[in-house]
Amino acid sequence: MTASIMSAADAVAAVRDGDTVLVGGFGMAGMPVDLIDALIEYGATGLTIVSNNAGNGDTGLAALLAAGRVRKVVCSFPRQADSWVFDRLYRDGRIELELVPQGNLAERMRAAGAGIGAFFSPTGVGTPLAEGKESRVIDGREYVLEYPIRGDVALIRAHVADRTGNLVYRKTARNFGPVMATAATVTIAQVSRIVEPGELDPEAVVTPAIYVDRLVLP
Amino acid sequence: MSLSREQMAEIVARDIPDGAYVNLGIGQPTLVADYLRPGSGVVLHTENGMLGMGPPATGDEVDPDLTNAGKQPVTERPGAAYFHHADSFAMMRGGHLDVCVMGAFQVSAAGDLANWSTGAPDAIPAVGGAMDLAIGARQVFVMMSLFARDGSSKLVPECTYPLTGRACVSRVYTDVATFAIEPGGVRIVETFGISDEELINKTGIPLVPSPFA
Repeated sequence: MTASIMSAADAVAAVRDGDTVLVGGFGMAGMPVDLIDALIEYGATGLTIVSNNAGNGDTGLAALLAAGRVRKVVCSFPRQADSWVFDRLYRDGRIELELVPQGNLAERMRAAGAGIGAFFSPTGVGTPLAEGKESRVIDGREYVLEYPIRGDVALIRAHVADRTGNLVYRKTARNFGPVMATAATVTIAQVSRIVEPGELDPEAVVTPAIYVDRLVLP
Repeated sequence: MSLSREQMAEIVARDIPDGAYVNLGIGQPTLVADYLRPGSGVVLHTENGMLGMGPPATGDEVDPDLTNAGKQPVTERPGAAYFHHADSFAMMRGGHLDVCVMGAFQVSAAGDLANWSTGAPDAIPAVGGAMDLAIGARQVFVMMSLFARDGSSKLVPECTYPLTGRACVSRVYTDVATFAIEPGGVRIVETFGISDEELINKTGIPLVPSPFA
């Protein structure tokens, strides 16, 4: 089924209380701000948010956290100069954190999207982030077993979509978008423009439409 | 006559082979880019999905969709390529990246790296891509002041801070000396106004003097 073009409000109604939501972006680059704002407005709660960071300033993800909708954050780099919303919730014990090295975070979502049951990663071996995890020596090197991270919904930002849902991105705003698109039951892409099928060069498509369910224009 | 951060960056840049694919960590290591020789063919990787990263963007060049790992606006060089995060970290983990340069809280004599957490109970942990870089890049260069504010050495027999990676650091560039971590031990490559004896006393490591000293 090809992607549906919807309002942000209608699109985020896919999110249920308690869902795991993958949120694209690296800082503000690639952050689907309109979708996050719509999710705050919509009111789903008890969410697990998977994203590289845990919100900056008082808008976007930080606002979702501040609104008390998030139970747990899975991310690689929560602490930033302007992450005061997360910092306060964490210190008050009001939010759970699973800290994941950035490459493992990306690969765990890639594994989910690719149907991989689990994989052995060399990242984190000998560190506190590998404690309690199964490990194995393969060809003389130690690896840690990492499990997939699957989302109920992915909120990503791309540059241009065609009506079927094929996506291209812009510069480093691509970041987690293509991986998250594959790893969720429902993928919602906020895009700057939607064109007719045939207008995107098939050789240049980064995320094929099979991974994209809903398109939202600003 | 200890070195300034800029002088340290210049020395690191000198040791990066022509044509290498290199990741420069956030903060001090970013300075290394200023000292790469034009025409060296070194290609900079940024973990958020780009090879061929150019200098910081200024004025009209600033584009919110084009940033480095520190989320600062940057530019692209001719021949640049963009890719998603799983690819970006596959490049590291898969051993395709020649060199990464990172800061550190501590480096051990065995090349263990500690640079993400001081283990303080009230600290908010954040690791980013440091663990992936530490074990992935073929050579890990550390750039740091040798002594902490309290005067203790950050090159240590064993790390007391939580590790980022085990036995991964190959070179340590400090303001008073450069060290090579080799199978035979830690070798002093070069000193800047400090004696080998003082380095051995302060680090508590049986350092191997440089044959070229």
